[in-house]
Amino acid sequence: MELFFNPFDNLLCILLGISFTVWFTLLLVFIIVPAIFGVSFGIRRLYMKTLLKIFEWATLRIERGAKEKNHHLYKPYSNAIIAKEPTSLEEEIKEIRRSGSNKDLDSASEFEMSDIFYFARRGVESIMDDEVTKRFSAEELESWNLLTRSNYNFHYISLRLTVLWGLGLLIRYGILLPLRVTLAFTGVGLLVFLTSLIGLLPNGRMKNLLSEKVHLMCYRICVRALTAIITYHDSENKPKNGGICVANHTSPIDVIILASDGCYAMVGQIHGGLMGVIQRSMVKACPHIWFERSEVKDRHLVAKRLSDHVQDKSKLPILIFPEGTCINNTSVMMFKKGSFDIGATVYPVAIKYDPRFGDAFWNSSKFGMVNYLLRMMSSWAIVCSVWYLPPMSREGGEDAVQFANRVKAAIARKGGLVDLLWDGGLKREKVKDTFKEEQQKLYSKMLVGTQEDRSRS
Amino acid sequence: MGSRASTLLREEEIEEIKKETGFSHSQITRLYSRFTSLDKGENGTLSREDFQRIPELAINPLGDRIINAFFPEGEDQVNFKGFMRTLAHFRPIEDNEKNKNLPASEPLNSRTNKLLFAFRLYDLDRDNKISRDELLQVLEKVDVEQKMSIRFLH
Repeated sequence: MELFFNPFDNLLCILLGISFTVWFTLLLVFIIVPAIFGVSFGIRRLYMKTLLKIFEWATLRIERGAKEKNHHLYKPYSNAIIAKEPTSLEEEIKEIRRSGSNKDLDSASEFEMSDIFYFARRGVESIMDDEVTKRFSAEELESWNLLTRSNYNFHYISLRLTVLWGLGLLIRYGILLPLRVTLAFTGVGLLVFLTSLIGLLPNGRMKNLLSEKVHLMCYRICVRALTAIITYHDSENKPKNGGICVANHTSPIDVIILASDGCYAMVGQIHGGLMGVIQRSMVKACPHIWFERSEVKDRHLVAKRLSDHVQDKSKLPILIFPEGTCINNTSVMMFKKGSFDIGATVYPVAIKYDPRFGDAFWNSSKFGMVNYLLRMMSSWAIVCSVWYLPPMSREGGEDAVQFANRVKAAIARKGGLVDLLWDGGLKREKVKDTFKEEQQKLYSKMLVGTQEDRSRS
Repeated sequence: MGSRASTLLREEEIEEIKKETGFSHSQITRLYSRFTSLDKGENGTLSREDFQRIPELAINPLGDRIINAFFPEGEDQVNFKGFMRTLAHFRPIEDNEKNKNLPASEPLNSRTNKLLFAFRLYDLDRDNKISRDELLQVLEKVDVEQKMSIRFLH
């Protein structure tokens, strides 16, 4: 019996050995070596174009299928459903009153029962469509990208489409996912290992140079681990030492995307586990700003450490996401003013993901980090554009909040995102009562104001 | 992942709602999409908390009263049909509807029903009492149809 099995075993072992070697050689040649030198074969862009053609075909098939059955397609509600008038409280209420009475407007006065129409309509409008809640869930697409997670028109899929979808599933989970996980482990492992090595060197130019190279290389490997196809625009505006780089936040991947094109000092809270290991080894090679959990609440301490870092011109620019939380990449929400108060030059960066290939938004209430990363690695690709905007500084007479809003508006404009004043913290918390009081104040001011006019005339 | 697809609206339900409220097919599906996105508990009904999560509604001085209008007497959950029935009050009155003789039951977005909705916002304890004459006098000439209607894009 033994003799019978042995040759077969040997053959199997040899075959496995050969395929592993081939696999790793290909990996090395096509992915890791280019990552080290920062060049690209252009394979990913070709892949992207092919995918787009397939998606278009898939969407047409679904539309055709729906037409054959004479049904309507489920349409995503991200397209506006109602038209909102951008008029103010005063204008609207004056109009309501004007149509209701022949009295001269200036002497119109106290509360009228018809005023309620304005508030009722605004309230119901916000129930049908509001600006804030839709920013905290993934954007819905018109076309289908062959991922079940983004398809709501299941009934209209033909056989051919199902086969294609099945093939896609096989490719994504069978080939792409293992490849990407291998790369991810390689990238992270190399990062930890090499930065710890560099940490042993004495401080100086050599150390900084090596640290830069190592960081860039490892982040590039991670970029390939996600099959991220990134287009950088206006690289002449890249952040320089002594500055702060601010960007809109959609997912933890933002860090990898920016850090693979330039060297930054990261800011954040020290975590335990694998994250903590990575953080601790990174800081050996070059100064990042990690805070203990207890220190995070102390705003003065945070501001002091940031401004100390910024004043040392030999240190790398700081990377900060002022929104404080992940937003779904259709808008930019309120920037926390802390980083705009330090007095350093701000380098804004706009990041816009192309949702057709895989939604990059991290909905932290729905998925944990590991789940999210797995979803990212089993999507087709992550395609995004990064725009480096020209540096901005606080102008005379501007306070931190106004400066923050100015930067936010610039980022929103460049990235084609909606500029909102609402706080991203509304993802988890309720609106503060002070905002409701503001609205009430506005209305009562209007009522009282007209009384003043009356007493004057 | 598949939860939205599994609670997709059936064609019969859409037809029912169409008849009752007068909304078009695409408006109903879009509003259903909105309903499911507000329904954080994913149980097919909305509670008062689900409404209060909308910041723009929370800062509206009449926010709580508007939310109350969705919930029938004594209930804490509203399903999609109830949701649509209340929203229907704000549908604009189309010209061909104006000329119709009074149908068997008045459409939800008639002038009277719009006024009734606004009335209920004042009538907190739902005992149908605020000075009726006063209200009628004030509202006689107001363009209720336009001020209590929301312009739809489709």
